[in-house]
Amino acid sequence: MSASLVAQYVMNGAMLGMMYALVAVGFTLFFGVLDVIQFAHGDVVAAGAFAGLLAWAGLSAAGVTSPALLLVAVLLAAALATALLGALVGRFIVLPIKGAPQLNVLLVTLMAGTVLREAIRLFYPGGSQPQRFPALLPSSGWNFGAFHLRLDNVILLAAGALMIVGTHLFITRTRLGLAIRAVAQDEETARTMGIDFRRVVLVTFALGSVLAAFAGVMDGLYYNEVFFGMGLLLGVIGFAAAILGGLGNLYGAIVGGFLFAALQTVGAVALPFASAYKDVFAFGVVIVLMAIRPTGLIGERVSERV
Amino acid sequence: MRLAAAALTVALSFAASAKETVRIAFVGPLTGGNSAIGLGGRNSADLAVRLRNADAKAKYHYELVVLDDECKPDAGVQMATRAGSDRTIVAGVTHYCSVVAMATVDTWHRFGVPVIVWGAVLPDITYANDFKEIHRVNGTMINQNEANARLVTGQGYKKFAVIHDTTDYGKGHDKYFTQFVKQDGGQIVGDFGVTADQQDFTAELTQIKALNPEVLYFGGLTPIGVRVRAQMDKLGLKAQFDGTSGIVNDDFIKALGPLAEGVLAFREGAPAEKLPGGKQFLADYQKQAYANPPEAYGPFAYAAAVLLMDAIEKTGPDRKKIVAQLAPAHVKGVESIVGQISFDEHGQNTVPAISKYVVQDGKWVLWEDSEYAAGKRKLAGK
Repeated sequence: MSASLVAQYVMNGAMLGMMYALVAVGFTLFFGVLDVIQFAHGDVVAAGAFAGLLAWAGLSAAGVTSPALLLVAVLLAAALATALLGALVGRFIVLPIKGAPQLNVLLVTLMAGTVLREAIRLFYPGGSQPQRFPALLPSSGWNFGAFHLRLDNVILLAAGALMIVGTHLFITRTRLGLAIRAVAQDEETARTMGIDFRRVVLVTFALGSVLAAFAGVMDGLYYNEVFFGMGLLLGVIGFAAAILGGLGNLYGAIVGGFLFAALQTVGAVALPFASAYKDVFAFGVVIVLMAIRPTGLIGERVSERV
Repeated sequence: MRLAAAALTVALSFAASAKETVRIAFVGPLTGGNSAIGLGGRNSADLAVRLRNADAKAKYHYELVVLDDECKPDAGVQMATRAGSDRTIVAGVTHYCSVVAMATVDTWHRFGVPVIVWGAVLPDITYANDFKEIHRVNGTMINQNEANARLVTGQGYKKFAVIHDTTDYGKGHDKYFTQFVKQDGGQIVGDFGVTADQQDFTAELTQIKALNPEVLYFGGLTPIGVRVRAQMDKLGLKAQFDGTSGIVNDDFIKALGPLAEGVLAFREGAPAEKLPGGKQFLADYQKQAYANPPEAYGPFAYAAAVLLMDAIEKTGPDRKKIVAQLAPAHVKGVESIVGQISFDEHGQNTVPAISKYVVQDGKWVLWEDSEYAAGKRKLAGK
């Protein structure tokens, strides 16, 4: 296999890994702060992509043609819609049953995700078929042998990295981030210190959902196609990546996301069986890794069971 | 008891009209995602029955018993059992969905009901059994891929790569396309099975790009077909995209926009107006003012119903005699609105219509009518 071919595989895998990591960070944020698994998260990704698509369709119909302007509108619409959606899920679905067993939250959000997914399918015009997502980034590229490096992919990758770095800085450097970390460590103490618990939860849900929206728009821009069911597998993979890295740990989610993408690529390319089995291979390895390290590759910093 | 009831029905219908009433079942998906095609098929079979009843020379009065298989195997078997156990129903025009047609062949055989499939395309429905009761007027993916391989090799393409989904549909297409393309002197340089809900094909397409094929054959349905075509462009893979019946719909073009231009695909059957008796069929259909159009397979349902009624006219309403009347010896070069029908020993029509399509300016255009065939536009790499 030539070096240029390897470079192409690495680039393909990196794009996937970035999307998985963005979704996984959301899972890990929700779990870190509230100890809940928000299983509608994958469908929030799809909702973000479709909100962006709707903004694009609306503005295009109104005669806007500037790709830059459209891109900003798509990102804003996706971010706002999912921030609101995330906060609503947090406020009206997760918080009311916070005291109930974790399994209930998991089930309820799983159902909320189905509602969201079906709503897109039924209410978006022609929603049960794949929808074309506009190419708003420059599509020029460079050829290095078998490696076709596209400018839009480089931009997406850089933007994704910036989003994750931004989230990291927000959590470690701002007052609100401090509050999030405080609640994550000890809710009771945080409350007694005067931290507005509900506000922290809603901000966290909004933040995680905005990351998901970015993953959704990135998916759309990368593949130029979105699908009402796109969040289903992305959600499962994002969740697996978060668990693999260590649920509740930001770095773990990133490592998990890229590791999963690498496993899929290896499964499709380097193994002797049909590429249809790449997910079987990747999830199989996750199972083995979970058996070896039950708390994830980078374990939770604070064990809840002490 | 059942016999008595049947006798009573017959007696009553005698009272109603001078002719003996003969009942034929129509089975298809009348609800659910495929209901448009199901309703079009039902209307077309109904049209055949109405026209026959209006014919004074017909020996019998026909009645169509409409049953809904919902495109679900369990519902299909239930309906087949219902029709089979009802002795007044002597024959059936059956099924659009391959899974359902596959699930019901045993039931139709067990009850000895002669049926003609009007839409399902899986080869195994006729070829995986020796049941004399099962027939089919439409073509299968075997015929489709034969036509496909002939066209692309005829265009001078030699090196092919295949991506197919790992369902029966995708695997079948892979098998027959590979077989015919090799017969026609082509070479398969790579063959990739993928899951039917896969999103990312960059790993497979990168491998394919390294193999440098002239044509990428895709055996699967619209959602992943769209993804494969879009991601080919992302990776700078310039091969000609060659698809199957699974992508011949407007959604494929809508989802791809300009990238759909020049995509080839094939489908069993032909647009009604292009069929030998299509114009007359459409005019008659129009007169009945049905709420739904006949859709792609309506003419086949019509032809199947006509074929059954012709057999019944000759032999009388007896399941066994109708089966004998539909044997290859009797159904050879029979003229119908979908062209000549000839059954082989499996009851499969051996001269089915296959349509070749190419996307031109955002529309599926018949190959013969396209600027690609006329040489005004070029397929990829030509």
